[in-house]
Amino acid sequence: MKKKVAFYWCASCGGCEEAVVDLAEFLLDALEQIEIVFWPVAMDFKIEDVEQLTDGEIFASFINGAVLLSDQEEVVRLLRRKSQVVVAFGSCSHQGGVPGLINTHDRQDVFDYYYHNGPTVQRNGNEMPTPTGAKAFHVALPEYYGKARPLNQVIEVDYYIPGCAPPPNVVKDALLQLLSDSPPPRGTVLAGAHSLCSECPLNETKPPEGFKIKQFVRPSQVTHIDPDTCLLMQGLPCLGPVTRSGCNALCIKGHMPCTGCFGPLDGVRDFGAAALSFLASLIDSNDEAEIQRIIDEGLPDPLGTFYMYSFPGSLLNEVLQKGRQKARAWREREETVEAQTTENQ
Amino acid sequence: MPEVIEVHPITRLEGHGKIEIILNDAGDVDRAYLSVPELRGFEIFAKGRPAEIMPQLTARICGVCPTAHHTAAAKALDDLYGVTPPPAARKIRELLYNMFMFEDHLLHIYILGGPDFIVGPDAPKALRNVVGVIQKVGIEIGTRLIAMRRQVRELMTLLAGKVIHPVLNLPGGVARGIHEEEREQFVTVAQQAVDFARFTLDTFRTVVLKNSEYLELILSDIYRHDTYYVGLVDDQNKVNFYDGRIRVVNPEGREFLKFPVQEYQDHLAEHVEPWTYVKFLFLKQVGWKGFADGMDSGIYAVAPVARLNVADSMATPEAQAAYEEYVNTLGGKPVHLTLAMHWARVVEVIQAAEAFLQLAQDEEICSDRLRTPIGEPRGVGIGVVEAPRGTLIHHYETDEKGLITRANLLVATQNNAARIAMSVDKAARMLVHNGKIGEDLLNKVEMAFRAYDPCFACATHALPGSVPLEAVVRNAAGEVVERVRNFE
Repeated sequence: MKKKVAFYWCASCGGCEEAVVDLAEFLLDALEQIEIVFWPVAMDFKIEDVEQLTDGEIFASFINGAVLLSDQEEVVRLLRRKSQVVVAFGSCSHQGGVPGLINTHDRQDVFDYYYHNGPTVQRNGNEMPTPTGAKAFHVALPEYYGKARPLNQVIEVDYYIPGCAPPPNVVKDALLQLLSDSPPPRGTVLAGAHSLCSECPLNETKPPEGFKIKQFVRPSQVTHIDPDTCLLMQGLPCLGPVTRSGCNALCIKGHMPCTGCFGPLDGVRDFGAAALSFLASLIDSNDEAEIQRIIDEGLPDPLGTFYMYSFPGSLLNEVLQKGRQKARAWREREETVEAQTTENQ
Repeated sequence: MPEVIEVHPITRLEGHGKIEIILNDAGDVDRAYLSVPELRGFEIFAKGRPAEIMPQLTARICGVCPTAHHTAAAKALDDLYGVTPPPAARKIRELLYNMFMFEDHLLHIYILGGPDFIVGPDAPKALRNVVGVIQKVGIEIGTRLIAMRRQVRELMTLLAGKVIHPVLNLPGGVARGIHEEEREQFVTVAQQAVDFARFTLDTFRTVVLKNSEYLELILSDIYRHDTYYVGLVDDQNKVNFYDGRIRVVNPEGREFLKFPVQEYQDHLAEHVEPWTYVKFLFLKQVGWKGFADGMDSGIYAVAPVARLNVADSMATPEAQAAYEEYVNTLGGKPVHLTLAMHWARVVEVIQAAEAFLQLAQDEEICSDRLRTPIGEPRGVGIGVVEAPRGTLIHHYETDEKGLITRANLLVATQNNAARIAMSVDKAARMLVHNGKIGEDLLNKVEMAFRAYDPCFACATHALPGSVPLEAVVRNAAGEVVERVRNFE
């Protein structure tokens, strides 16, 4: 009997859906072994059809995108119940992804800019889209929360397929491993086990032990990137040494540094912290002012550089959100005290 | 007491696109809305990031058309640093871009919009999808389509590092060049692409144009709006996907404006409605007059029909012949017919394939002069491309270190948003009477917006045969009175 498989997307760009389509002929062959029972982008099955399945009837659900809306949360919980195996597919589901950078901003900033202050907005009084405002037109608009979460903050996840987007070879291997008689242990990230350098064509030219640099360069600032020399040796902040392998160094073959979309190696909790500490260890200085200058010139955006794909799943995000909660509670308490004082007067 | 009909793609569950039709007491359509419940805030979190990362960061807006954002961003960076890429770098960018237009348009022709015509709007719903298309054109052709897209996308991977989220473009040029032996592979695949484009036009002629019923549907008033049109043209007013000036023609087809993208704020503005997260672009000089067409309304359209309306001709010979056939059959320019979009897309596939071949045959792409050095950022950079779904503008402002302080992105579907809303409203009004939902309402309404290949969440066009739609008629108490769906 064919194994039942589901594909679902949360807040995503559609690249992970294309990643499945890019399996091309392999996807047609795979259909001999699997039966797709849910794939909103490609097939006509509906949530009700999933509800009618017995618990655990789906062999594996592949879920991409970060979780941003309550209805996405409901669907992934349903899929969890119906599936033996849940796979977080792609960077957003694995670690929160690029749209997860929104977590560092306030929801109100987004609305003010989009609907009031943007350069081309023709402001219409204080009007902006809201679920309540839309209701007057009989249109149901969902609430926008503005906080992205990786899948494992919402449901239990059995496997991860990393990448933004996962390249065809990785998706293919992952499918074959899951369908085999001896699938890998739960929790496995279905890609390489070593750092990207292990499969990088420039690994032979990697820096020697104790290599130090005085300057990081931004890729835009050099007019020629030597395609035959390790990018770190050229001062480019390549995150290959702390990033999981599996993509066969695609970006480096495109003569650009690795930005870490495959996430950390096993045992590393916070990718950004590992990346930061790795690059910091290369800096050839003990002088604080000089270190600051090296960072300002070569790594002017630490958050975006180290957490481009992983902010929502990071320790830093936890700290930030807790801090915000505290600040909110503090503000509310202040307001209550103020209101009471006014009342007493 | 109004009744509300919700028509939503199943994808709306993830916040993609949704249609709501409001009936009046007589059961006729009071108003139909297309709302887009999606907002991800790219302009906000772009702040503080180095400008040179924008081609990679903004690609993540859309995994189906990442190359469009990647390229518009790079052109904004050229402008920011005041640099012109060397000729080889420009050609390599254009090569990648035409390959992208080719494979992306094919996706819509065969897998998304095509089923309406190739299989037919009245075909059983279960067949109105890519499977039905393959049955109709034959498994051999289906396999050829899959192989064609794969080959083109593999070469795009070779050139751009990744096809889903490329890393090729940098301010002043490209990161990677092409070796002579690689160039030969590009030529081989480009020749196949030209053949495939010819085959696509033949198929379109046989299946659609020779069928009088289909032609009648294309010409039907249900799918017509007399609006302004916007698109890029080169210095000879030919269609250009990568570069040029923005030309606007009025509903009578006469040039209304022609300007470099740097002046876009003088001409384009965004209107906000309380019932959707999408902002509606309109022509500032004409003004926002509500959802209306005609000379006095600033609403305009972009994408294939618009590009062919604003240009005087195509840039390549076979595309030009196809263009003449298109214009003559449809009674001259401007073409106001929404469903003609499918035909215009085929004409553009031919131009993309021919340009792909011309560029692959150009030995200059093997030059190693790939980058013009950049100096200090000049504060503001604005770039434009024609994305498959229409004009796409990226605008960045930076500090002296080249870190983004403000960004404004006008995406293709936003240009079309008002016209799409009108198309849905008009189709609903003409098809729904006395509270009765015609049997064919769902697909007819679907066709009104699918022709635009809208990119609501970018993801809605990854592979669906037909967008699964469900219409729910509710009374004011919210009880479901009737439920119609186009799937079992």
